[in-house]
Amino acid sequence: MKLSRVNIATLAFGLAFLYLPILLVVVFSFNASKLVTVWGGFSLHWYRVLFSSSAYLEAALHSLQIGAAAATLATLVGTLGALAFTRLGRFPGRQVLAGLMLAPMVLPEVILGVATLLLFVSLDIERGLLTVMFTHATLGAAFVLVIVQAKLVGLDPDLEAAARDLGAGPVRAFLLVTVPALLPALVAGWLLAFTLSLDDVVLASFVNGPGATTLPVRVYSAVRLGVSPEINAISTLLIALVSVFVIAASLLYKRTIVSRN
Amino acid sequence: MTARRLGLLSLPLLWTAVFVIVPLLLILKISFAEAQLAQPPYTPLFQDGALAASLINYSLLLEDVLYLRAVSNSLLYAGLATLCCLIIGLAIARAVTQAPRGWQPLLLTLIILPFWTSFLIRVYAWIALLKPEGLINAALLWLGVIDAPLIMVNTGFGVVLGMTYSYLPFAILPIYASLAGQSPRLTEAAIDLGATPIRAFWLVTVPLARPGILAAGLMVFIPMAGEFVIPDLLGGSATIMLGQTLWTEFFSNRDWPLASALAVVLTLLLLVPAMTLQRLELGKASR
Repeated sequence: MKLSRVNIATLAFGLAFLYLPILLVVVFSFNASKLVTVWGGFSLHWYRVLFSSSAYLEAALHSLQIGAAAATLATLVGTLGALAFTRLGRFPGRQVLAGLMLAPMVLPEVILGVATLLLFVSLDIERGLLTVMFTHATLGAAFVLVIVQAKLVGLDPDLEAAARDLGAGPVRAFLLVTVPALLPALVAGWLLAFTLSLDDVVLASFVNGPGATTLPVRVYSAVRLGVSPEINAISTLLIALVSVFVIAASLLYKRTIVSRN
Repeated sequence: MTARRLGLLSLPLLWTAVFVIVPLLLILKISFAEAQLAQPPYTPLFQDGALAASLINYSLLLEDVLYLRAVSNSLLYAGLATLCCLIIGLAIARAVTQAPRGWQPLLLTLIILPFWTSFLIRVYAWIALLKPEGLINAALLWLGVIDAPLIMVNTGFGVVLGMTYSYLPFAILPIYASLAGQSPRLTEAAIDLGATPIRAFWLVTVPLARPGILAAGLMVFIPMAGEFVIPDLLGGSATIMLGQTLWTEFFSNRDWPLASALAVVLTLLLLVPAMTLQRLELGKASR
């Protein structure tokens, strides 16, 4: 099939719409001028400003810590949930539990934010990095559940049964047969949960405490004051970081598929 | 089998109970309390052994025009942006299915990639583009199309554009999935029978893709209706949406019970769309 002119135009416009705004942020992060619309020559000035600001660096460290821990917990909870829903057949309350586990994905963030904050307040738990981490893990678990479940549904249960027939115990059969087959989904789920955590403003604003500011919350308060070249610089760094992650993940994913075939 | 069942279920069950069920019930509970200057800033539901529930928050929500406007703004802007996402999403998804087979994965990756970059940065990018001294106005003034800068930030237009842009990848994927599952022979047959390509698209392709289009619409409408960041950054005082009202009541006015009541209202508004979406998604997973 060859692309018609209309389709080429649609794709070109669509991709331009998606990418041009991001591209402009990247270009203007290297702008020497403080004005956002005037090009004053190439400069790394704003990156220097950024790296000398301990507030941004500290917030970035918080975000990475929370993201890694939340993604790991989310992968554990979400995968167990996916296994329960696909392997246990029908059990009472299955639909309701599935609905509630997916609720954080469907509900607006403000609701999950208020809800979990009320939980921590009524349990008298001091807000900080840990409360943000648990809230992010709850959100991530819903997404991991969907990704891993989709993979599990397509997986032949006879494979594990064959391993059992050949003498493997249930744990061994699971670890040696099912886990490697699930690995791409687990990696994808972890990365998605990590990115969601690294991206979240709303949940973190509700459940963080003094001294537990994450990078998006810090950036958000700066953005509220207006456009600045500093934010362009930090955005560019984040875009670069995420691009490296996504490309690595997709290469990894491709390799596992190729090696299997 | 029962031990295994318990082992698999225990952690997800416990987690969901603690971090989803109990918090949602707490919202419901506190929406019937009254605000007070204390720690925590709301009255207990049981006082001296008697139920002390109050409907004051809900009656306040019904009486004050401010809250009703927030509801109608949320539905209006989320509805308009959903429509834009579906129209642009259909056009792009169709163009992708028409591309050579080998290109399709690459095109889809390119469409999803922006979704992985920070949401906040993508919204921020539009402020730089839309504001009076921003790049779009600068370009239009330079070209001589306009004499004075267009006001695009702090308007409903800015909010709808920002939400359409941010959620577009979510809409394209389910629509693409349902279009890609169709046999191209169906459209060919319609064209053979005398339909123009556009007519064949509307009469054959779109009706067959209805579940995917519905899922895409719900998938973007639900989070948009409760959106906070986008209307806060791209909208103004006339475009206040529910998520913002909730935020203001909570953080600025420290009225936690009223914020909880708003959360209950928002949940009720989205309950039917959310359950429809889950049915569509669960149906797909179990098939």
